[in-house]
Amino acid sequence: MSDPRLGVRPSFAAATGAVYTAQLARARVARVPLLFVAAFQSIGIMLLLKGIAAHHDTLTGRQIVAGATVLVTAFVCLNLLAQRIGALRAEGGLDHYAALDVPGPAVALGAAGSYATLTVPGAVVTALVGCALFDLPYRGLWILVLVLPLAGASLAGVGTLLGLLAPRAELATVAGQLGMTVVLFLGLIPGERLPIVLRGVRAVVPSTYAVDALAATFRRRVDWQGVVVDLVVCLAVAVASLALAGAVFRRSVR
Amino acid sequence: MESYAATGLVRRYGDHVANDGIDLVASAGEVFGLLGPNGAGKTTLVRMLVGLLRPDAGSIRLVGRPLDRALVAAAVAYLPQADVAVADLSVRRAVETTAVLRGLRRHGARAAAAALLEELHLGEVADQPVGSLSGGQRRLAAFATVLAGERPVLVLDEPTTGLDPLARRAVWAAIERRRSERAASVLLVTHNVLEAETVLDRVAVLNNGRVIACDTPGRLKAGVGDVLRLELVWREEPPVYEPAVADLARLATVTGRRWSLRLPAAEARAALGAITAGPALEALDDFTLATPSLEDVYLQLGAAAPGLERV
Repeated sequence: MSDPRLGVRPSFAAATGAVYTAQLARARVARVPLLFVAAFQSIGIMLLLKGIAAHHDTLTGRQIVAGATVLVTAFVCLNLLAQRIGALRAEGGLDHYAALDVPGPAVALGAAGSYATLTVPGAVVTALVGCALFDLPYRGLWILVLVLPLAGASLAGVGTLLGLLAPRAELATVAGQLGMTVVLFLGLIPGERLPIVLRGVRAVVPSTYAVDALAATFRRRVDWQGVVVDLVVCLAVAVASLALAGAVFRRSVR
Repeated sequence: MESYAATGLVRRYGDHVANDGIDLVASAGEVFGLLGPNGAGKTTLVRMLVGLLRPDAGSIRLVGRPLDRALVAAAVAYLPQADVAVADLSVRRAVETTAVLRGLRRHGARAAAAALLEELHLGEVADQPVGSLSGGQRRLAAFATVLAGERPVLVLDEPTTGLDPLARRAVWAAIERRRSERAASVLLVTHNVLEAETVLDRVAVLNNGRVIACDTPGRLKAGVGDVLRLELVWREEPPVYEPAVADLARLATVTGRRWSLRLPAAEARAALGAITAGPALEALDDFTLATPSLEDVYLQLGAAAPGLERV
């Protein structure tokens, strides 16, 4: 761009940061439902399952607490983000970013990051309540520092894709809710107890790796190698889905 | 130098041809208008001009270069009709964020937002979410985001829809300031004739996806010929038993108690003279005799103009 009158473009980091802070600011308006509806839902599920689970079934307890914690992230990053992107797309709101030529991955990453950030308080509260309910150790909860951003980013990437690819806003909503149901179902039931077919499905749902990583830290002897592998899978899915969402974003406005 | 030069633009949606071979050239530093009723193809054309739609045929040059999205982002600030992307942000945050996305650093964006909010008298609502504002203020806030980060070309799709007269003047003044002080080029879509006549240097009149005329508002109006528009507003039932009134009743377009007529100048003057000199004056509440407007141009060109506003 040699013409001095032409404006400069922001760096990728600045663009991502601008989308992130803007989305975070907009979500402040709705923080109560965003932060706590998801947490209440997860805590309710844990209370319900506490009544059903056998008293000494620690495997199930670990899985329920980890699954319910990641569900908070899924509710916001997958379900609400798919709805939001679907609605923005339907109403022409994506034109704003497209005309500014904000890089697609910056929009996806900024939006995903802000939604993931919003889930942190609710997920932490859910994990703490879950540990108390099921008598699990608190010492491994520091792993949430890694689990929540990675689960959030991978689910938000999928949520963004659903929002962009759904032919209509209503279908984006349905897809987001279905996605959350899958996360709920496959997150709460220990993999070993699923039928073979569903174990295959579980293997391709990114949130289950986050659930497994968190559940592993509740064990007396933690398999750290397994935890690292699970988190790397989350990271890979996050990078791939956000990159794909960015590419789809560029195409979806034409 | 041209801000925009479009040649042979065609865009179809299924069987419907929204733009049917549009050519236009907008000069740098000019306020160029696209006027036409709803459905004329204005928004489709604009979306192609800002790279959001790919033409089925034709080409576009922007500031002398082939159009691409990166060039649009560097050269153009676009105000779409929808502002949902910023609806949940406070007015200040919406303007600041847009400024950052146009390459300003944080502190520069903050200063630019403060100046714009003052210029457009949005200070009182600066910290309210855009979506919670009245329709007019909301549009004004969206307009403020367009001015953030100074681009040499402004593409504005109906910027003053829903604005009260004061806010509309603020928008027009801001546009004029950008043009006179910074030599900005403006492409302005409107279906408001008053806006077209007030701020446009040149105007392309669109109908059914085609440009049916393109010139300065003055020259377009001069082309209508020796015609005047006579408006009569009756206080009560018009006295159609009066011969002078009866003659006009046959020619008038009646909207409630308002009669609108386009007549050759001499006939218009004579008709008004007859009414104001006779007993019909008692029933007359108001009248205007005006030179042709762009609406008359539009009608003269053979297009139906139900969607044009004259407010």
